[in-house]
Amino acid sequence: MFDEMAKSPAAWLSSAGKESLVVLSTRVRLARNIAGCNFPESADIETKKRVISYVDSVVTRSKNMSDGIYIKATDIDELDKDFLVERHLISPVFLNGELDKALFISEDEQASIMVNEEDHLRIQALEAGLNPRGAFEIAMQYENEISKYLEYNYDPDFGYLTSCPTNAGTGMRTSVLIHLPGLVLTREIDKIISHITHSGLIVRGFYGEGSDVLGNLFQISNQTTLGITEDEILKQIERVTNEIIEKETSARKRLIEETSEIIEDKIWRAYGILKNARVLTSEEVMNLLSAVRLGHATKMLDFLDVSLINDILLLSQPAHLQKYYGSEMDNNRRDFVRAQMVRDKLRDQ
Amino acid sequence: MLCQDCKKREPQVHFTQIINNEKTALSLCKECAAARGFHSPLDNMPFPLADILSGLTANLPMQKQIAQEESISCDGCGLTFEDFTRQGRFGCGECYKAFRNRLEMIMRKIHGSSIHRGKTPLFENSSEETTETFSIKEEERLKEELQKAISSEDFERAAELRDKLKSLQESLTVEN
Repeated sequence: MFDEMAKSPAAWLSSAGKESLVVLSTRVRLARNIAGCNFPESADIETKKRVISYVDSVVTRSKNMSDGIYIKATDIDELDKDFLVERHLISPVFLNGELDKALFISEDEQASIMVNEEDHLRIQALEAGLNPRGAFEIAMQYENEISKYLEYNYDPDFGYLTSCPTNAGTGMRTSVLIHLPGLVLTREIDKIISHITHSGLIVRGFYGEGSDVLGNLFQISNQTTLGITEDEILKQIERVTNEIIEKETSARKRLIEETSEIIEDKIWRAYGILKNARVLTSEEVMNLLSAVRLGHATKMLDFLDVSLINDILLLSQPAHLQKYYGSEMDNNRRDFVRAQMVRDKLRDQ
Repeated sequence: MLCQDCKKREPQVHFTQIINNEKTALSLCKECAAARGFHSPLDNMPFPLADILSGLTANLPMQKQIAQEESISCDGCGLTFEDFTRQGRFGCGECYKAFRNRLEMIMRKIHGSSIHRGKTPLFENSSEETTETFSIKEEERLKEELQKAISSEDFERAAELRDKLKSLQESLTVEN
């Protein structure tokens, strides 16, 4: 499965997005449950199967959804699971443990729907760059489409009812994946994170919940989902992200003014290693790419294209690498092949 | 493998340093990493839900009241309020109704509000109930709820209901 997908860049990492020098992508996720069924974590197998069969019939009847991929979790092998997590189409916990789950991915790969994750439906949409409204509109299309066939669990006071009280109300989480090397290097990041959390938003590492920071990539998302409208959430995310972009941009400018030789050396060294190394771990690539991305944004490496940097970022992850080369490989072999892939991608630059 | 400093706990922080081509790798537990001054900027992120739910029963003044609240359970899935505070997850949509009174406070702590102001489900399939008639019904319902909240002196809820009513009325005026 997904062999074709592995050979093409993910839509959400294309360079066409707004603010792409700082923001990689935007995601909107809507949590919905189907009325009359226990939430997945407390439902028996029959209930979960019933939920899946409801979604089966929606996908069959809906014109909007018939072109996408719809697959049962039992039909996804281990490598493909990792591949989907790396591509941000599913959450890391989605395919753990029991498999009464299903997954829908839209044809253009911008939307995906997890069935029987923490909630019956987790509808998500991804956009390149900073575009909360665009991602929201895509997610809402699918939300509306499904609501023509299925009744959502809804309460006039508590809104859309979710398994966890932190998602109730709009059931909506908007996240922005943002690259902040300037704020990390100038050591302003702690202050900024504390500012973000005081604005009612959450900060996480690259893979979302519980993950650590890799490659200076952070994920910022709204914490409040109840008592606030969808529009207010989008505006809040947009406003705070723009503030951070401004701070990051001025931190980068200051770094270059004050320590130009050191920064220039760091960037060119990173580029030199990527272009020549024979063995590279995925973590090392993530961190080197952070320096190279900074080099691109500050015009030091102006011959590089953001989409190429994103392409390398995606392909150097373990499952992508194996899918790209069409064979399973152990750790050592992967590090060798990864270095080869990176050299190939950078050869003509 | 154990933490290289205390040799007691599991290492959680891995740190590699290269000085003059000499590579040193350290694997430390969170405590020892913090003692050496390494930390992840995400270390201090709050996790309010667990705190809110665990603090909930502790804050109740009387033991008797705790016992009373704990005995509430959901008709839909059988989850007790105590189970809910322990696991932080509801079992089904009915739980929200069963725990409604306690939930208003929890929701205010988590979200700063206990009343939904976002989108309402569409009723495209139902011929009798269009969005407009739904909004009018909702307006009536909110007015009744508001009266109830005022007469029971639940002013926090009354304020939230009034805000919601106001934004609903504004949206109705725009549509007409």
